[in-house]
Amino acid sequence: MGLRDDQIERYSRQILLPNIGGKGQEKILNSKVLIVGAGGLGSPCALYLACAGVGTIGIADADKVELNNLQRQIIHSTKEVGKPKVESAQERMVGINSDVKVVPYNMRLKSENILDIIKDYDIVVDGSDNFPTRYLVNDACVLAGKPLSHGGIFRFDGQAITILPKEGPCYRCLFPEPPPPGLVPSCQEAGILGAVAGVIGTIQANEVLKYILGLGDLLVGRLLVFNALNSSFRHVKVPKDPDCSICSDKPTITELIDYEEFCSLRKDKEE
Amino acid sequence: MAIKVRIPTPLQKLTNNQAEVESEGKNVKELIDNLESSFPGIKERLCDEAGKARKFINIYVNEEDIRFLQREDTALKDSDEVSIIPAIAGGA
Ligand SMILES: [Zn+2]
Repeated sequence: MGLRDDQIERYSRQILLPNIGGKGQEKILNSKVLIVGAGGLGSPCALYLACAGVGTIGIADADKVELNNLQRQIIHSTKEVGKPKVESAQERMVGINSDVKVVPYNMRLKSENILDIIKDYDIVVDGSDNFPTRYLVNDACVLAGKPLSHGGIFRFDGQAITILPKEGPCYRCLFPEPPPPGLVPSCQEAGILGAVAGVIGTIQANEVLKYILGLGDLLVGRLLVFNALNSSFRHVKVPKDPDCSICSDKPTITELIDYEEFCSLRKDKEE
Repeated sequence: MAIKVRIPTPLQKLTNNQAEVESEGKNVKELIDNLESSFPGIKERLCDEAGKARKFINIYVNEEDIRFLQREDTALKDSDEVSIIPAIAGGA
């Protein structure tokens, strides 16, 4: 297809990089990335991917922008309060870079819609805020064979891992089951420093770009653990679990599960 | 026989907000029992009623997940570092 002059100018600083060049930029422009959640992780990830010129960015979120989101959800702004997050995110991404086609999904991902949505994408980014969605996204990506960048944050802790189904372990190889409802504080109950979300969401964007470009070593088979209080990054090994309930040779999970929602605050809000 | 144990944020309430504590034990099971006597309540966060590690909290000896070693019987030696890493779901 070849790059236009304005594209050569816009992307010049990454085209200059060894191993990227015009060919790499074309790969980015032809890529399709689905981001689950337009929140603390999804915001920085979506912004960097839009800036880099990812050709199609799907973004899924059922919520509207609230004033208390703006402390960390850097894709939204004050005038967007009350608007669906996916619309706000779409306007911001297209405003930065009209090369990007944004596909908004103003809905919660469920077992009945997720496979149909992810099938059109090259890679999925999980920036959701609850265990039911995280296990649903993992299982759907394993069943569909879609690469997945997983990121999670809790107060001053962050985690990231990249899942290439068949090649490496999945999220259930790492944590076989979600905690029972109520045991682990989730979402809004916990509190978060915006920059911590920025660190992990940016790592996810970096993993996606490396995957698209075929560069470097992905976080496959190893979990990145970030501690914001001592600014440490560590890795632990994540082997493929031969007894994994979804990605092993003898899976016990053969269809998607909608786990019970257990963030009490979210429940109250929806009722 | 000092073992450094990294405590994740959700469990730091039990360790007087310490992110790292020292304990001992010749294997993971003993270490958990020793942690429990220093920080009561921590064992039931890590293990189910049968004493098996829960499925959403992992225990690592250095960089290795004990589920792929000898689980609770995994031996410890001086200067090993144990990390407790729970599943975390936040992202909003
Ligand atoms: Zn697995």
